[in-house]
Amino acid sequence: MATLIKGRQVVAESPSSPDGEVVRLEPTDDPASIVARLPGAARVEVHFPKFGDGRGFSIGRLLRERHAYQGELRAVGHITRDHLLYLERCGFDAFELRAGEDPVEALAGFEAFSASYQRFS
Amino acid sequence: MYVYDEIDQRLVDERVAQFRDQTRRFMDGKLAEDEFRALRLRNGLYIQRYAPMLRIAIPYGLLSARQLRKFADITRRFDRGYGHFSTRQNLQLNWPKLEEVPEILAELASVQMHAIQTSGNCVRNVTTDHFAGVAPDEVVDSFVWCELIRQWSTFNAEFSYLPRKFKIAVNGAVNDRAATYVHDIGLHATRRDGRVGFKVIVGGGLGRTPLIGQVIREFLPWQHLLTYLDAILRVYNRFGRRDNIHKARIKILLKERGMERFRADVEAEWAHLKDGPATVSAKEIARIEERFTRPAYERLSGTAVPYSAPGFDAWRKRNVHPHKVPGYCAVTLSLKKTGVPPGDVTADQMDAIARLAELFSFAELRVSHEQNLILADVREDELPELWREARALGLATPNIGLITNIIACPGGDFCALANAKSIPVAQAIQERFDDLDYLHDIGELDLNISGCMNACGHHHIGHIGILGVDKHGEEWYQVEIGGNQGETRPGALPALGKVIGPSFARAEVPAVVEDLIDCYLERRDSEHERFIDVVQRIGIEPFKEKVYGNANQRQAGRRREPLVA
Repeated sequence: MATLIKGRQVVAESPSSPDGEVVRLEPTDDPASIVARLPGAARVEVHFPKFGDGRGFSIGRLLRERHAYQGELRAVGHITRDHLLYLERCGFDAFELRAGEDPVEALAGFEAFSASYQRFS
Repeated sequence: MYVYDEIDQRLVDERVAQFRDQTRRFMDGKLAEDEFRALRLRNGLYIQRYAPMLRIAIPYGLLSARQLRKFADITRRFDRGYGHFSTRQNLQLNWPKLEEVPEILAELASVQMHAIQTSGNCVRNVTTDHFAGVAPDEVVDSFVWCELIRQWSTFNAEFSYLPRKFKIAVNGAVNDRAATYVHDIGLHATRRDGRVGFKVIVGGGLGRTPLIGQVIREFLPWQHLLTYLDAILRVYNRFGRRDNIHKARIKILLKERGMERFRADVEAEWAHLKDGPATVSAKEIARIEERFTRPAYERLSGTAVPYSAPGFDAWRKRNVHPHKVPGYCAVTLSLKKTGVPPGDVTADQMDAIARLAELFSFAELRVSHEQNLILADVREDELPELWREARALGLATPNIGLITNIIACPGGDFCALANAKSIPVAQAIQERFDDLDYLHDIGELDLNISGCMNACGHHHIGHIGILGVDKHGEEWYQVEIGGNQGETRPGALPALGKVIGPSFARAEVPAVVEDLIDCYLERRDSEHERFIDVVQRIGIEPFKEKVYGNANQRQAGRRREPLVA
C-alpha cells in the first residue's frame, strides 16, 4: 500500500533510482550545511523520529525561506495525518506516512484549518 | 472585549471539528494512546487522578458576562456545578467526561471561547496584568499586544511541537503584576520617545528549576515583536533539549549556553527574519484594536458621596483599586473565603457574578493570576451597592494582598502529579488567620502553596511559599520565605524564596506560619514595613530560629506527654 502523499494526493513511490541525490537531514542537522548540494538534489528528506519532535518544522522553513530550495521537500519518519497541514505550511510538499496510517483518510488532515494567522513567506 | 471576526470564529469551529474527529479515532482504536495524549493536551484535556480535567483558555484573563454564564451552564450540564480559576488566568473543570469534551468545546465556541493550547508542548495562553487598560500606572495598554501574540501563537505551524510548554506574559504598567520574570518570555511594554516597544525577558520559570528571567533586549520597537519572538522560538525549537523532560524548558537552554551566546544565536536568527513578512504593521494593530470594545465611561466628578459601614471600610481598603478614569475604580471579588478552595466558584456564583458585571462593570470581568475575579470599571458611587451584593454572595472577603488571599494549586485532592494536598493546608491557614483585625495588622503578604515541585501555586515567588513534598510516602511541607513576583520597591528585582529548613507535617504548617508572622511583627520597624521588606532587611536566619526553636519545643512537649499521662 502506498504511504506517500504528494501535492495532496496519494501516489505510488517511483521505484527507479531518482534523478539526482537524495539528501537526508536529521533533526540535529543544520540545513545550512547542505546548501551546496541543493542544486543537484532530487529531493531533500527531513526525518521526524517521534510524533512530538518538531525540529523538522523549523528545518523546512529554513530550507524554503532562507536557502530558497524549490525542489521536493519530503517529511519522513513518524508522520501522521495530524501533522500534514503544519508540515505543508512549513514548506513540505511530500509526506511519507508512518506505517499503519491510512493515506486516503489522512488526506483529511490538510483540510483541518481553512485559514492561518501566521505569515511565513 | 476582543470580538471575533469571521476568521477567528471559523478557526475555533474547525478546531472543535478536528478534536471531535481525533476523539472518535481514539475511541475507535485508530489513534495510539500517546498520540492522542499529545493532541488532547493541546486542547487542554488532561487525564487526572479521578477524572479528566479540562482547562479552558481565558485569553489574557478577559471575560464577558455572557461567557461566564456559559461556563455556569457548562459546569451544570457537563460537570459538577463548579469550576476552578487557575494561576494562569484559565478556568479548569475537574469532572468532565472524555466523550463529552468535544460537545463542551462546541458550547465554548458558541461564545467565542476555546481550550486551544492551554496545555501541551506549545505556546500557552498569554497572560497579562489584571488591571490592564485601567491602572493609573499603566504605560501601554497590553490587550492589543496580547491579542496579537494570541493570534501569532495559535496553530503556529512551526512551533506546535516544541521541546516543552512555553508561557508568555505581557506587562504594560510600571508595576509588574504579570510576573513576567518567571515566564519563558516576559514582555514589558514601554515607551521610548513616545514610541511603543518592549523590554524582552527570557528564560524565567518556576517548577523544578526555578529561575528569574534575564533581559535579552532592553527595547524592541513594536514592529519587530513577532519576528523577534519567531527568532527566540526557533532557536528554542531547534536547540532546546528533548532528551530529558525536566531539562527541556528554554531556561535550561539559556542556562547551558549562557546569555551571551544565547543572545547571539537569537540575533543571528533575527537578522534573517527582521523586516520580513511577519513584521507588524500599523494597519494590523489598528485592525485588532478596532475589534476591542472599550467601556463608554461617563464624565464623573470623582468625588463620591462619603459612605461608611462596618465591614465596608476594610473591604474598600483591600478590594478596591485605583482607576485611571476619574470616578471609577476596579474591584476584586475575592474567591478566597475561608473554607472554600482558593479559586473555586460554583455555577450559581458564576451566574450571580455575571449579573454583577452587567450591573456595575460594562458586562466584563478579568481573572487575576491570584485566582480572583475583577470588575475593572466600577463607578465609585456604586461601591456600597456592589459591596452589599458581593457580600451576600460570599465574594467580599476583605483580604486582597493579605495572608488569607492564598494562591494554591488544586493539589493532591485532584491532581495526578501532586505529592501532597494544597487545599486543606490553605484552609487551615485561613482558619488560623481568620481574625480580621489581626489580618489587617499583619498587612501585605503573598502566601502561595504548591502540591508538588511543578509549582502551579507559584510557591517560589510567595513571600511565604509552601511546597508539598513526598517523604517515604507521607505528605510533608517545605517552607520558604523571601520570594516575590515583582519589584518590591523601585530597582529591586523579583526574587525566589529561600527554604528555611527541614519540612513539616501538615498539622504543623499553620503554627509554622504563625511563628513566621510573630517573628515579623517583633522585628518590623513600623506597620509600614511589610513582611517581605523585613525578610529582605534581616535575612531568613531570625525566622529560622523562631520556627525551629518553637518546633523543637513543640516536639519536646509531645515527647513528654506519655510521661505525664
